[in-house]
Amino acid sequence: MLEIKNLYASVDGKDILKGINLTVNAGEVHAIMGPNGAGKSTLSNVLAGRDGYEITQGEVIYKGDNLLELKAEERAQRGIFLAFQYPVEIPGVSNVYLLKAALNAVRTYQGLEELDAIDFLSLVREKMQLVKMDEEFLYRGVNEGFSGGEKKRNEILQMALLEPSLAILDETDSGLDIDALKTVSDGVNELRSKERSIVMITHYQRLLDYIVPDFVHVLSDGKIVKSGDKELSKELELKGYSWLHSEGPAA
Amino acid sequence: MAEQKQQIEEFVPSEYSAGFVTDIESDSLPPGLSEDVVRQISAIKGEPEFLLEWRLKAYRHWLTLETPEWAHVTYPEIDYQAISYYSAPKQKTDGPKSLDEVDPELLRTYEKLGVPLEERARLAGVAVDAVFDSVSVANTFQDKLAEEGILFMPFSKAVKEHPELLKKYLGSVVSYRDNYYTALNSAVFSDGSFVYIPKGVRCPMELSTYFRINAANTGQFERTLIIADDDAYVSYLEGCTAPMRDENQLHAAVVELVALERAEIKYSTVQNWYPGDENGVGGIYNFVTKRAVCRGESSKVSWTQVETGSAITWKYPSVILQGDNSIGEFYSVAVTNNMQQADTGTKMIHLGKNTSSTIISKGISAGRSQNAYRGLVRVGPNADNARNYTECDSLLMGDTSAAHTFPYIEVKNPTAQVEHEASTSKISEDQLFYCKQRGMDTEDAVSMIVNGFCKQVIHQLPMEFAVEAQNLLGLSLEGSVG
Ligand SMILES: Nc1ncnc2c1ncn2[C@@H]1O[C@H](COP(=O)(O)OP(=O)(O)OP(=O)(O)O)[C@@H](O)[C@H]1O
Ligand SMILES: [Mg+2]
Repeated sequence: MLEIKNLYASVDGKDILKGINLTVNAGEVHAIMGPNGAGKSTLSNVLAGRDGYEITQGEVIYKGDNLLELKAEERAQRGIFLAFQYPVEIPGVSNVYLLKAALNAVRTYQGLEELDAIDFLSLVREKMQLVKMDEEFLYRGVNEGFSGGEKKRNEILQMALLEPSLAILDETDSGLDIDALKTVSDGVNELRSKERSIVMITHYQRLLDYIVPDFVHVLSDGKIVKSGDKELSKELELKGYSWLHSEGPAA
Repeated sequence: MAEQKQQIEEFVPSEYSAGFVTDIESDSLPPGLSEDVVRQISAIKGEPEFLLEWRLKAYRHWLTLETPEWAHVTYPEIDYQAISYYSAPKQKTDGPKSLDEVDPELLRTYEKLGVPLEERARLAGVAVDAVFDSVSVANTFQDKLAEEGILFMPFSKAVKEHPELLKKYLGSVVSYRDNYYTALNSAVFSDGSFVYIPKGVRCPMELSTYFRINAANTGQFERTLIIADDDAYVSYLEGCTAPMRDENQLHAAVVELVALERAEIKYSTVQNWYPGDENGVGGIYNFVTKRAVCRGESSKVSWTQVETGSAITWKYPSVILQGDNSIGEFYSVAVTNNMQQADTGTKMIHLGKNTSSTIISKGISAGRSQNAYRGLVRVGPNADNARNYTECDSLLMGDTSAAHTFPYIEVKNPTAQVEHEASTSKISEDQLFYCKQRGMDTEDAVSMIVNGFCKQVIHQLPMEFAVEAQNLLGLSLEGSVG
């Protein structure tokens, strides 16, 4: 599915990613943890094709293609989905409008017909139940005045609707209350499948109790310094990130 | 000539799809303005004496005036002697009696513009009074409207058939003395639309006029006069396009609306005159005076405008709230891109008691354009409990465009409530990336965000117009972001 090889990226001449190596196969769930400012969101943005990053070295292969050559919207159409750490408000644009435009963009790329209004609505309603969102949210401006937790839920609603091949969830758990965390996790688990890969960035072990990852990586200062299974996250919870440094840099 | 036309069409970029020139012979007066020209226009149109007198008074008044300079726009001095003040498509007879008599070339022009004439008109339920340059060439649905006693006709026809209405209302809202361009328009106006809705009648369909400037070097000075008698209702749509030319063209129209007791007039404009190219060459100077009076008690006038075209737009559709409990509304979207300049807004003049007005203005500036909102809310000493709510939002795209807001408030009655809100925002990188990450390309994303920004205004437009306006917003901002 995704192969990141020795990836270096910088912003305004400042190196942020410093040689990332990561392979994600179809059906796998990877968790990425790491201290603030380590470069986790940067990695997500680079994978999703955000402007403003200079790739100085390395390559990324997605479904056999050179990912870095594709425009952001092309990556999205080909099944890469990023759940934003800070979802953006778009005043006046109704949520339902964005959802429909997004779904039709993906469907058009897949050579499918656009859904008509009725089919679309029944599909959205079904997906909304998955994340226990009230229909009222369809007709509000995109994320406009949504609470922090509502925004995160809205991201997962979009993911459920778009059924991506590779979903990158950037701190989707932060800002969620305990019940919402459970709901969102159930939603994500529902979407786990042999064809779909998930990369989740989180600071909390708690999320990984709900969505059990196949692999856990620690990203620190632009590099993956340690990888393991879910036991690694428990160890981190106990000992903190400083424990990694005291062990010396992992190559 | 035919070959030249083809070339022109080939060079028309898709951004301005209405930029073609129709190849028909025109009857034009040579360029220049004098008392003689005014008399000739009046004679060509076979006008009654009172109208000629009125034109001449306007002309003589115009001679005493200087070009106004207070607007936030700059442009080279206009040579009024280089403009031709009358241009009409050549026709065999005096005027076409039916669509069959209309020059087919002309009908094709309207087809390209998507004007719903003939069958399409019937399906869409729109009555069209198409104004081509200076003369109305096709006027549909007269009969159906006539059944209701509604008058909807070219101005020149109204002059002949209903001189008493004209005498009573022409210039009663916008005096020829009002400003430089109203004086000029009053002197040389060639045609336009006239609407009268009798007492108690709700006009059963949207009335629509498409104006089009075709002949080169022709100023267009049309006049629109709409009267809604007691308890009447009408919704009127005005759409505008003009072909691309390197020279600038002047468009100085006057629109007067009169709403009597409990009457309501909705006036919607989608203005897409040629804006000039990205270096500011060519384009229409759109200097228009639009004003309504809510003369009757509980009457209502609503202006909705979506302005995407013209090199320079300079207009303030206004409402004089004379009748007690009358309501004035102004909903506006003004988009400027490249080198366009817009100075637009409204005046709400509260004279009657319990009058209320709402102003929603959305300005979008891209490229190196200038976009100004200028609005006046005046509450007179007798306007007890007058209320106004104004919201004025600007959206900037890129760093080289500018937005300005000039709100003027004059309150002479202590019971008045006047509220003003303003905001300036930008389409952020974050918003664009968010949309692209959901699979939309930049153009669609910009168009979606801009339409969201303008939602309150677009919602006021009748359905067919709303769709056209949404598309136009996207088109006119194409290429304005990364
Ligand atoms: N546009 C930018 N300009 C300058 N520095 C940037 C920019 N974007 C990111 N950085 C810097 O890169 C580093 C990594 O940021 P990033 O957002 O990827 O961290 P993170 O691992 O997601 O942190 P957190 O856990 O706090 O979300 C930070 O030091 C940040 O300040
Ligand atoms: Mg982050």
